Amino acid sequence: MAQYAVLVYSPAPADPMDLTPDYVALLERYGDQVTELGGQILTGFALQPSTTATAIRGDLVTDGPFIEAKEVVAGFFVLEAPDLDVALKIAKLNPATIDGGVEVRPLFQPPAE
Amino acid sequence: MSDAATVAAERAVADAHRREWAFVLAATARVAGDLDVAEECVQDAYLAALAAWARDGVPDKPGAWLTATAKRKALDVLRREKVFRTKMPLLVEPAEAEMTDEPAGDAVPDDRLRLVFTCCHPALAREAQVALTLRLVCGVATGDIARAFLVSETTMAARVTRAKKKIAAARIPYRVPEAAELPERLDAVLTVIHLLFTTGHTAPTGAGLVRADLVDRAVHLTRMLLALMPDEPEVRGLLALLLLTDARRATRTDDSGRLLVLEEQDRSRWDRAAIAEGNHLVLGSFRTGRVGRYALQAAIASLHAVAPDYAATDWPQVVRLYDELLKRWPSPVVALNRAVAVSMVDGPAAALADVDLLAADPHLAGYHYLPAVRADLLRRLDRPAEAADAYRTALNLVDNEAERAFLTARLTEVSEAG
Repeated sequence: MAQYAVLVYSPAPADPMDLTPDYVALLERYGDQVTELGGQILTGFALQPSTTATAIRGDLVTDGPFIEAKEVVAGFFVLEAPDLDVALKIAKLNPATIDGGVEVRPLFQPPAE
Repeated sequence: MSDAATVAAERAVADAHRREWAFVLAATARVAGDLDVAEECVQDAYLAALAAWARDGVPDKPGAWLTATAKRKALDVLRREKVFRTKMPLLVEPAEAEMTDEPAGDAVPDDRLRLVFTCCHPALAREAQVALTLRLVCGVATGDIARAFLVSETTMAARVTRAKKKIAAARIPYRVPEAAELPERLDAVLTVIHLLFTTGHTAPTGAGLVRADLVDRAVHLTRMLLALMPDEPEVRGLLALLLLTDARRATRTDDSGRLLVLEEQDRSRWDRAAIAEGNHLVLGSFRTGRVGRYALQAAIASLHAVAPDYAATDWPQVVRLYDELLKRWPSPVVALNRAVAVSMVDGPAAALADVDLLAADPHLAGYHYLPAVRADLLRRLDRPAEAADAYRTALNLVDNEAERAFLTARLTEVSEAG
């Protein structure tokens, strides 16, 4: 099995309190779909809206996310799956892909000594 | 050992490199569970073959000899690095990989398919897919790939390394996709092969119009794919398209390297055997009733190949095939080619109207064929001043020397007329 971070991007400011009932309904089914496809969510978090973010670059502290963009990170979860094909199949079903998108990124495993 | 034995061994190794590389690497990758390890072991096996075959003679089945040797080397590496390897992401589930040294020559035939589908995985960028396919499936040296795609060897080596690293780190599986995914995944494979062919067929820059080696690699690869997937009409269609297009290779330029358009080519010098095989494949593909874009393009190429001359081509049928093609593949480039056929059915004025509509498509901005086609239509409509303008626009966009010379000659011609 391999582990992937799935970064969820939604239109700014991605406020979880503004999720539509449809989105919430899709999200509720998501866990079962992940299991059916042979994956497992190990942990996951939703974030406060990007308006609450603070970025630090060098000495400079600014209000807002690190990169100003139309879509911002809304949350992330760690997915365990046998391979990238399964991980991508699971990621494609995430409701964020409807008006935003997701990035699937393998977790770094430090090489053995 | 005698010089003759050395020469025979060298020839056999070179031959096995061209014919058997994909087979040997694909089988070894399944055992090694890692493409980098597999590649090293296969290279070592080819090196070992040089000495062994000069000493003992060339074996009956060189591919089997190489596969057994490369697999044995891979198993040695695995044993040596066992602890380390268990912590590494593996290409194949250990249960799936054979950990034994199986008898030579009976590798599962679809190992090569696994390799092709892994190299053309949609999670890899197109340029990485192309580079990996040439490196791993065809065994082309990185330096040669770099020269074919006009980038430095360092750039190409970095591209290949990055792609292999992604396959390992993101765990891109070493597997033939399941039926539901197959059409989309196969399309990526065919696109990569077609890109290899077109890069070789019309070198985008530089003096030579054909980089024959890339063309031959693409044809060879498609033949291999068809042997492995005989029921896929689009694989058949692609092979037909490549053969029918390449049948005109000898006549695409004259002795001085000047580009000859279809109309000017000496049809008696077209490769009749390739055309016959291409036509046969097109029919086979159409008979399945599952016609895709490659089979349709091949059917168009086939109509050109069998026509006695340019004017006598079955142009109405060509237009109908382009209409079908546009339904499956709504590309402005296809629409532009359709316009050329329309000019032969309804005249250049009707075609010019179509081309002017296409000129508004941002996808065709910078595409030199659009002003070149437009210029030709204006020339035929006896509007030399406008034709000259269009030739100049095309000349500003074209990279290939042979095409540049052709457009320059046409520009001179219409300028004198105007």
